[in-house]
Amino acid sequence: MNLAVTLSGQSQKLELKNPILTASGTFGYGLEFAPFGDLSSLGGFIVKGLSLKPRLGNPGPRIVETTAGMLNAVGLQNAGVEYFCRETLPKLPTNQTNVIANIYASSVEEFAELAAILEHEPRIKALEVNISCPNVRQGGVLFGQDAKMAAHVTKACRQAAPNKFLIVKLSPNVTDIAYIAQSVEGAGCDCISCINTLQGMSVDLKSRRPMLANVIGGLSGPAIKPVALRCVWQVAKAVKIPVIGVGGITSARDVLEFILVGAWAIQVGTANFMRPQISFELIKDIPLLCEELNITSLTELRGSLKVS
Amino acid sequence: MTPKSLQLKVLDLVPFGQTGTKHYFFALRLENPNWEEWQPGQFVMLRPASFGLEIPWGRPLGICHLTHQHLICFFQVLGRGTERLAQLKTGDYVQVVGPLGQGFVMEEATPTLLLAGGMGIVPFVGYVNRHSQPWNLSMLFGHRAPIDCYPVDSINERITLDSLQETVPGDLDNLIFSLQERIHDCAEQHGLVLACGPLPFLKTVQRFALQFQARTQLSLENRMACGVGACLGCVTKTTPNWQDQKLANNYVQVCTHGPVFWAEQIIL
Repeated sequence: MNLAVTLSGQSQKLELKNPILTASGTFGYGLEFAPFGDLSSLGGFIVKGLSLKPRLGNPGPRIVETTAGMLNAVGLQNAGVEYFCRETLPKLPTNQTNVIANIYASSVEEFAELAAILEHEPRIKALEVNISCPNVRQGGVLFGQDAKMAAHVTKACRQAAPNKFLIVKLSPNVTDIAYIAQSVEGAGCDCISCINTLQGMSVDLKSRRPMLANVIGGLSGPAIKPVALRCVWQVAKAVKIPVIGVGGITSARDVLEFILVGAWAIQVGTANFMRPQISFELIKDIPLLCEELNITSLTELRGSLKVS
Repeated sequence: MTPKSLQLKVLDLVPFGQTGTKHYFFALRLENPNWEEWQPGQFVMLRPASFGLEIPWGRPLGICHLTHQHLICFFQVLGRGTERLAQLKTGDYVQVVGPLGQGFVMEEATPTLLLAGGMGIVPFVGYVNRHSQPWNLSMLFGHRAPIDCYPVDSINERITLDSLQETVPGDLDNLIFSLQERIHDCAEQHGLVLACGPLPFLKTVQRFALQFQARTQLSLENRMACGVGACLGCVTKTTPNWQDQKLANNYVQVCTHGPVFWAEQIIL
């Protein structure tokens, strides 16, 4: 079965060997998972969020396990884009698979500056703009929660990196995700990935303290899959550009469900922590499950949800 | 060696401590993973199929001991994950990712003081058994549960183990005093101190280690999701003494840079 997918955006394309990508923040810089599978077999991997300057991240505890999920408030710890390009990128299999940079900034200008730096980095095949990190706040409002701001950031990145495949990652913590999706599509992005984590919290009754030092964190894992499916379905109906589904995927069945509601590709996130070889295994599992379910191609399945 | 992710068969699960009451301490014997190499102080991420989707994270457990017959992990039931581990049966399979992290240094000819607090004794089982000159080892073990709850037998066979059980509040002062005295003496002999235990225990050891300038390694137990350096959940803060200047005064992953650290290089 041919699993190859071409993501055709408004101005750029991205060729994937298969629809399996790994979600930013759950796969390190890829190398952490090299002992468990062949990185070049993946459709691509999205590296831990990059910022212009190094970021220390939040104090601990940064993570807590919840029922069928986890909360994190890592706060985008990273060594900065320059360090990444100089030290990390040369070690990655950039000729064999798509290495995608997830970028975060606290102002529109900074987003543009970051995008401009990566525009000139041929080893990076696409940018994923993180306008939806729930753990980092500047000025109180997330870019991803305001349609105008989301479009503004998207436009700035588009102009700064006209030759990169541009993905915008949306937050589910909004009243109307389809509206935000249309807004970033209108601003020129090639693709939408959704969803980022849901805001949540966890407390300890005995000590009467929050489980995270940051109090609030982002919920991920199997618990959020129904929310993610709903968002992908709503977004896929609302836009013409391809959508990448993210949220609680742990099996080939989950992957096919996301494709059924309209996703072109998916990202494996928290499941990478549950089973480090999972993303590699899914590539082999999908054709087997398709055969079992008489699905002849992913194209045939995509968006074929019957809603009466 | 680079870690592997394997499905290993459970050989048996042996409860420790008094019979007739509910057990909280278990030795889990698994079939040999056939790793090429491992060091005491390293750990595994253990995830049985029974965790399902409900319990996402594997549980980081220190390697108690590895022989050609089996891998032994030791755990205390403390929450929903370890409760489910305690229900494992002979023949069940468990996902084992390891060996992970950096173990303790081993300098066979150096007088080495092992300091264990409670479950912190676990990695020292392998350490003591692997050490070729056990007469250079001594150990102080502070614990709350009765001694038969812990895997001390094979340690006792090879070295002298001084144990202090904390039953009344005053016992803690005795333990702190003993730690101070032993770390001081070890520093005088230019020895090596290795410690593993709960955070307050490690903080005390670190304080005396810095005070007496004793070469000391501490093994941390932070909450972990992945165990392979990706989630950045388990980080600890480094001091200006950190070996790689680029990571000094930064957060580093306990799972990959540790769990064993030099006492002067981290802030607890």
